[in-house]
Amino acid sequence: MATVDQPVPAGESPAQDGDTLQNPRRRDYMSIGAVAFAGVGAGVIALPLINSMSPAADTLALSTTELDVSGIEPGQSVKSTFRKQPLFVRHLTPQEIAAADAVSLADLRDPQSLADRTKAGKSEWLVTLGVCTHLGCVPLGAGEGENKGPFGGYFCPCHASAYDTAGRIRSGPAPTNLEVPPYEFTSDTTILVG
Amino acid sequence: MSFPWAEQYQPKNPFMQWMDSRLPLPRFVYNAVGAGYPVPRNLNYFWNFGVLAGAALAIQIITGIVLAMHYAAEAGVAFYSVERIMRDVPAGWLLRYAHQNGASMFFIVVYIHIARGLYYGSYKSPREMVWLLGVVIFLLMMATAFMGYVLPWGQMSFWGAQVITGFFSAIPGVGETLRVWLLGGYVPDNAALNRFFSLHYLLPFVIAGVIILHIWALHIPGSNNPTGVEVKGKQDTIPFHPYYTAKDGVGVGVFFLVFAILVFFMPNLLGHADNYIEANPLSTPAHIVPEWYFLPFYAILKAFTIDFIMPAKLWGVIAMFGSILILFFLPWLDKSPVRSANYRPTYRWFLIVLAVVVVLLGYLGGASPTPFIIGLTQVATAYYFMHFLVVLPIVSSMEKPLPLPNSITEAVLKGKGGTSPAHSAVAQPAE
Repeated sequence: MATVDQPVPAGESPAQDGDTLQNPRRRDYMSIGAVAFAGVGAGVIALPLINSMSPAADTLALSTTELDVSGIEPGQSVKSTFRKQPLFVRHLTPQEIAAADAVSLADLRDPQSLADRTKAGKSEWLVTLGVCTHLGCVPLGAGEGENKGPFGGYFCPCHASAYDTAGRIRSGPAPTNLEVPPYEFTSDTTILVG
Repeated sequence: MSFPWAEQYQPKNPFMQWMDSRLPLPRFVYNAVGAGYPVPRNLNYFWNFGVLAGAALAIQIITGIVLAMHYAAEAGVAFYSVERIMRDVPAGWLLRYAHQNGASMFFIVVYIHIARGLYYGSYKSPREMVWLLGVVIFLLMMATAFMGYVLPWGQMSFWGAQVITGFFSAIPGVGETLRVWLLGGYVPDNAALNRFFSLHYLLPFVIAGVIILHIWALHIPGSNNPTGVEVKGKQDTIPFHPYYTAKDGVGVGVFFLVFAILVFFMPNLLGHADNYIEANPLSTPAHIVPEWYFLPFYAILKAFTIDFIMPAKLWGVIAMFGSILILFFLPWLDKSPVRSANYRPTYRWFLIVLAVVVVLLGYLGGASPTPFIIGLTQVATAYYFMHFLVVLPIVSSMEKPLPLPNSITEAVLKGKGGTSPAHSAVAQPAE
């Protein structure tokens, strides 16, 4: 092909000279450069398309929940929501605390003690997401009269994952304990989740 | 490509001649599904199911386009917009029941179509690409059906979306981030519903495109047949039109009979009552099950309950996807040069066992997870993978096939249909 600096006389085939690895033609350089530039541009334009599918600002804004726990008697639980996910707040009885502390950590799939999962001095308050770590069903056990499963905590009806009184996975397919969201006691009877 | 004796498109009408020299679309159709496509003369009714799958896709696209005119993809009103379609929109109930049951019909005919391919070895050389594209279509169908099931925003819709997107959280490291990105939130909500609607509208047209590739790839070697013997000459074939257009017409009639029985007499037979309850993110239904056509794969997902190197959850997800992805390797796992199971006495039995196991997995997928059911699911899951990874390679190397006919015509003249060398019975279905 003709270039400005290497005109091809009429009737002759385009020059092949100089088209080697050691001495690439200028036009190749420009072609590769132009296509690479367009490719990078396409990639950059794809980024906002991909990112637009991430959680929107209003979804992220639902990231704190304040709860008054004064009305929860020992042995009771309440269901609330945190980021539109179910949140379980459970007031453990002394027996439930003893049952959770009696388990050897070596026997656990996801070893954590009850103390690891509660606030210091508030070990009777178990705050977890009500989202089974298997595939996201809401476990039973927080409502009055619901099946608490073989370990007295929570029981997921979808695939029979059973959690103990510390919300730890004990049997079934779920890989980890029920998630404890970040939270703090803002007073003796109120918690702020998130 | 076609056989050299294929009939040539020769338009008589001057307008069609004018058209043919400018945009040869009629010629394309003539060569694809008209008299210009020579087809083996001995195809049985199992060869109807490709056309039936196409008919089912057409029904889904047509009813779906009209339903989309009435549906609102907003989490607050989606459920009520579907109820409005059922109660207030003129003939809305018909459109929705046709679309809902049309999905089941699509899967029924595609499962029979796949079983036909397995039994008669239609996945083998030189038709590997036809098979691979077919598996791609199957995967696209599953994605489309899942997202469509979410749209009514009932309890099963919501919890199905929660469970299925939960699969992605099993991926180590990036899983949870990926799940949140797919949903556009921490739980299925408006963002997820909207994008599922967008993709549910898009994917059927992608499927239609891949179907064109599927048929294109099929027309390079031409159709397989019940003997699995290649076409040797003109006497082995008949033109697609009018012979197989007529035969397919019979099948389409039966298809619409079954479809009409479902739509008009038992429209909710294959659905779940729970999906007539509006989605409630705080209450999981006591028993989450997917639609019937996903049950075998759901059973495989549930079969893994014990951590072994990797978490049980990850095993379940890998096995579930693997149970479909393994089909991509089928043309190379089955080394037997004989295509039709009619001439493979050992393989034929194993294939029937596989069909029974898949149906059993379907039952187990919908059953409550008691220890007995879980144990049986594990056995059936193990057998499913054994069939492809162990049984197939061993059987195809050890089996002594029955003598093949010299040609399709010879088989046809010896016995009706020519489906079996020993007796003239019509081929047994694989499922």
